[in-house]
Amino acid sequence: MKVLVAVKRVVDYNVKVRVKADNSGVDLANVKMSMNPFCEIAVEEAVRLKEKGVATEIVVVSIGPTTAQEQLRTALALGADRAILVESAEDLTSLAVAKLLKAVVDKEQPQMVILGKQAIDSDNNQTGQMLAALTGYGQGTFASKVEVSGDTVAVTREIDGGAQTVSLKLPAIVTTDLRLNEPRYASLPNIMKAKKKPLESLTPEALGVSTASTNKTVKVEAPAARSAGIKVKSVAELVEKLKNEAKVI
Amino acid sequence: MAILVIAEHDNKALAPATLNTVAAAAKIGGDIHVLVAGQGAGPVAEAAAKIAGVSKVLNADNAAYAHQLPENVAPLVAELGAGYSHILAAATSNGKNILPRVAAQLDVDQISEIISVESADTFKRPIYAGNAIATVQSNASVKVITVRATGFDPVAAEGGSATVEAVAAAHDAGTSSFVGEELAKSDRPELTAAKIVVSGGRGMQNGDNFKHLYALADKLGAAVGASRAAVDAGFVPNDMQVGQTGKIVAPQLYIAVGISGAIQHLAGMKDSKVIVAINKDEEAPIFQVADYGLVADLFEAVPELEKLV
Repeated sequence: MKVLVAVKRVVDYNVKVRVKADNSGVDLANVKMSMNPFCEIAVEEAVRLKEKGVATEIVVVSIGPTTAQEQLRTALALGADRAILVESAEDLTSLAVAKLLKAVVDKEQPQMVILGKQAIDSDNNQTGQMLAALTGYGQGTFASKVEVSGDTVAVTREIDGGAQTVSLKLPAIVTTDLRLNEPRYASLPNIMKAKKKPLESLTPEALGVSTASTNKTVKVEAPAARSAGIKVKSVAELVEKLKNEAKVI
Repeated sequence: MAILVIAEHDNKALAPATLNTVAAAAKIGGDIHVLVAGQGAGPVAEAAAKIAGVSKVLNADNAAYAHQLPENVAPLVAELGAGYSHILAAATSNGKNILPRVAAQLDVDQISEIISVESADTFKRPIYAGNAIATVQSNASVKVITVRATGFDPVAAEGGSATVEAVAAAHDAGTSSFVGEELAKSDRPELTAAKIVVSGGRGMQNGDNFKHLYALADKLGAAVGASRAAVDAGFVPNDMQVGQTGKIVAPQLYIAVGISGAIQHLAGMKDSKVIVAINKDEEAPIFQVADYGLVADLFEAVPELEKLV
């Protein structure tokens, strides 16, 4: 079966971001960018499905600036077969991204779409669910285990009190949680080979999708800083402070 | 203007996060209706009717809603919700699973995990693992929003006298089915609702050593959490994880033991009222957010702390 994987170019998770002085957003100039960690897990799962003989082709798609080609090449080096970039310089909302992905799904007709559960920049946790709504497919969100058998997929999901397993009819949408797998690293020969794999460029206009949004970001501020704390010398002093100063125990 | 709040429940009891969500709805202002979608969830609907400030409870009782499968519940919420100004759900794994599907069906953008209500159409929410706070305005006809429970003080669970109305609408998409679930058993308070949380990280070295934290937690009436490192190392189950990708907590007291304080972890606990860090590395980033820091070996400090509290 064909598997479609969506990946997002985001600020690297190790970067401590700074809010711009004019409160218009976060300063991303000259900041290291990477593939969103949950998307890496999605790519890895698709590659493992291919290694098991379940998946026959892996198409990786990204929606974003021209530079998102880097993240697509990374996915190709990890084992994806070909890539699609839907170029958009704007900051798109999850719904706009879901609509664009729906157009790609209509074109490619994959049996499974794997996305990360959330992007670590917007922290929305919406796109996979929205794509499932637009396609009418079943959704297996926050997946920690994915097992395909015949025309269904059993997805074990991380829920608040533990784990839940659901069975979905294929085609289906799966979003990955951290514990689904441990992504591999791209080897140098594979990085070289990935340069020759096909990468198709599209635009929202070509897909006939409007990216208009009902949301507007008014401003972005730094969170309130915590006032500096103190270091105590002993456990006895700590207990004394908690009892008499902070009064929390 | 009326607001629809999706009740969080397990068919038997109403989850406390619903009370925080109703609190957010009260800040927006307007009639508050609560939807209980489930199977045999009569007691939940009755509990919802008693919540202060709720004027109507919609009880959708159907086998298709028994396990809150989003393929079935989302069409119900979208159908009922189209007549409301706002649809709110708690940002629990269930709320996060269902609500974006509702938003897409209504063709509106969603606002995730709000921490404050500025006005009926403007909300604040954290982005970049809590390192920035965005103010977002929505001009959608129906505003679809998930609420971070720790951002709002819960309303009273008693005092309301809403009418309970049965909803006949049944949606069964037939694309998904429930297979089973495995819930972690714990006698300690629930992590997201606890007044005190004791968390362990990689410094605990193994799962067995968490017994020191359990002993301390039991003495304090606290819940026990963990960092991602401790979960990934297999010390404790993943539903104990506190952080950007785990649970968000904001207790009165958070005690971080053997946790370095990565950005990802801080996103889940830095709104705690008082933070205590116990770590032998005095350079650990956790000390930058801790109100009280103790540079010590946790295997000596934790048992001593347990004796003294």
